[in-house]
Amino acid sequence: MAAPVDAVGEMSNSKQLLIRRVISYTVLTIFAILSLFPFFILLINMTRDTNSIQKGFSIVPGSYLIKNFKTVLGKHDWKMLSSLKNSLIISGLTALLSTYFSALTAYSIHVYDYKLKKFLFTFILMIMMVPTQVSALGFVRLMASWGLTNSFIPLIVPSIAAPATFFFMKQYMDSALPLEIVEAARIDGSGEFRTFNELVTPIMKPAIAVQAIFTFVSSWNNFFIPALLLDDKNKRTLPIVIGIIRSADYASFDMGAVYMAIGISIIPVAIVYLILSKFIIRGIALGAVKG
Amino acid sequence: MKHKSISYAKWGYIFIIPFFVAFILFNLIPLVSTFYNSLFENYMGRGGLVQVGPNFIGLDNFRTMFAPETELGKYFGNTFVLWILGFIPQIFFSLLFASWFTDLRMKLKTGAYKVIFYLPNVIMAAAMGMLFYTMFAQNGPINSIYMSITGKDSPYMFFDNVWSQRSVIAIINFLMWYGNTTIMLMAAINGVDPSLYESAQIDGATPSQTFWKITLPLIRPILLYVLITSLIGGLQMYDVPQIITKNGEQVQRTSMTVVMYLQKHLYSKNYGMAGALSVILFVVAAVLSLIVFYVTTEREPKKKVKKGGIK
Repeated sequence: MAAPVDAVGEMSNSKQLLIRRVISYTVLTIFAILSLFPFFILLINMTRDTNSIQKGFSIVPGSYLIKNFKTVLGKHDWKMLSSLKNSLIISGLTALLSTYFSALTAYSIHVYDYKLKKFLFTFILMIMMVPTQVSALGFVRLMASWGLTNSFIPLIVPSIAAPATFFFMKQYMDSALPLEIVEAARIDGSGEFRTFNELVTPIMKPAIAVQAIFTFVSSWNNFFIPALLLDDKNKRTLPIVIGIIRSADYASFDMGAVYMAIGISIIPVAIVYLILSKFIIRGIALGAVKG
Repeated sequence: MKHKSISYAKWGYIFIIPFFVAFILFNLIPLVSTFYNSLFENYMGRGGLVQVGPNFIGLDNFRTMFAPETELGKYFGNTFVLWILGFIPQIFFSLLFASWFTDLRMKLKTGAYKVIFYLPNVIMAAAMGMLFYTMFAQNGPINSIYMSITGKDSPYMFFDNVWSQRSVIAIINFLMWYGNTTIMLMAAINGVDPSLYESAQIDGATPSQTFWKITLPLIRPILLYVLITSLIGGLQMYDVPQIITKNGEQVQRTSMTVVMYLQKHLYSKNYGMAGALSVILFVVAAVLSLIVFYVTTEREPKKKVKKGGIK
C-alpha cells in the first residue's frame, strides 16, 4: 500500500481519480433517470384525465387519480379486480409449491447417497434451459383433455418441477447445510421427513425467501401459457388484461384508465421489490456466482 | 454403518419423486406429444369451420415450415435482430458499470444505482410493452416532448416504421436486462483474486489496462454464460413485441418473433405446423443449452479454487 510515489504523481493521480468519479457518477445518474423515467410518466399520467393527457406531457400531476381508479374497476370487459385476485392466488401458490419442492429435491441430492443420484442431478441441469414454449402445444392439449382449461391447476402445480430454483437451493445447501446437522437429528431420533420440515427449512429460509420472490414475480408476469389456457373472463390474469386493452380499439380509450391499468399491474411488485431490494440483489449475485 | 446408509437411500428417492412426477406429467409427456403432433396434418380449414385431420403425413409439416413462402427465416431473423439490438448496448454498459462498481480506487456508492438499474427487470414485460406503446404513441408523451423540442407540428409515427418499432422493442429489452447483467458481472469481477488488482495498481497499470488485461480475460467464462443465456432468452422473446406490434401484424410482420409465430399457429389451432415449429425451436434451444452446460461444468473445478482463495 505504501508504494513510494513522488508528490507530483500523487497530485495528478488524485485529480484523475476525481475526474473519473465525476464522470462515473454523471453517467450512472443519467441511466438511473432513464430507468425511472417511464415509471415517472406512468405515475403522472395515472393522475390525469384523457383530455389533458392528449394535450401533451406535463410534469405536474392531475387530480384524477381516484376517478381513473374507479373507471378501471368499473370496466366490466376488463375485469381488473378479479384478474388482480387471480394473479395473486396463482403467483402466491406457485411461489409456495415451487420453493418447498425445490428445497426437498435439492435435499434429496444433497443429503442422500443413491444409485441414480448423479444421473438425476445431471438430468435436471440439462433440462434447466429448455424453454417452456417448446412443449406448449402438448401441454395445452393435454390440459384440455383433462378438462383443466380455465383452471388454475396447470399454472400452479407444474412449478413443483423448477430446475433453476432447485439449482439455487442446491448451491445454498452446499454452503449452509452441513451433513452433521442431519446426522445429529437422526441420533436424536427425528424421522427424515420431520428433519427436513422442522430443521432444514428454517436453515434454508434466506434461500427460500429469495426464490419465493423470483418465482412470484415470474408467475405474476407470465403471459404466454395463461393466454393459451384461460379464456373465461373471470379467470383472467393481469397480463391477459393488458393484452386485451392493447388489442381493443386503443384510440377510443380513456387514456387515464389505460395508465391506471398498467399501474395496477406494475406497482404492487415494484413496491415489494423496493422494500426487499437489498435482499433480492444479494440473491441475484448469489445466483450469479454459480454461473 | 453401511447398513444404515442403504436404508436412508430410500428417502432420497422419496424426496425426489414429486419433482419427477411433475416433470413427467407437465413437461415430458407434453413434449413428446408435441413432437408426435408435428407428424400429422391437423388444422382448422375453411376459416376455422372444419377440422382437417389428424392424418399422418410424415415430415410434410417440416417441408412446409422450411418452404420459402412460409418465411420462417424471416421470423428467426426478426428475433435475432431484436435480440442483438438490445444485447449490444446491454453488454457494453453492463461491463462498464460492473467495472466501475467494483473499482477499488473509485470506491463509488453503488447501492441505490443497483436497486434502480434492476427495477425494470421485475416489471411485467407485457405492462412494460403497453407503457412504452402509450409513451411512443402518436399522441403520447414522447411525441409531445419531440414536437416541442423540434418545433414540428406532426408527430413521429414510431409504430409505422420498421426500424423505429424495432428500436422501441430493443430499448425495452435493454432497460429490462442491463441491471441484471451488471449485477451478474459484478459478482464475477468480485470473484477475481483482489491481489491481482493490488499488484497491478502498484505496478502503475491504468484502469483501462487493468480492465482489458485482467478483468476481461478472467471473467470470460461468465461473459460466455451471459451471452448464451441471453441468446436463449432472446429466442423466447414474446411478451414485449406481442404487445407493441398488436400480435405481430404491425409493419408487415417485421417484428414478429419465432415464438409469436408459434403462438399464432397455436391460437388458430393449426397443431401440425405448431408441432413442427416447436421441434425446430427445441433443437435450436437444445444446442444452445448444451453449450451452456459445458461452459458451466467446465468452470466447476476452477471455481472451487477461487472460493477457497477468498474465504
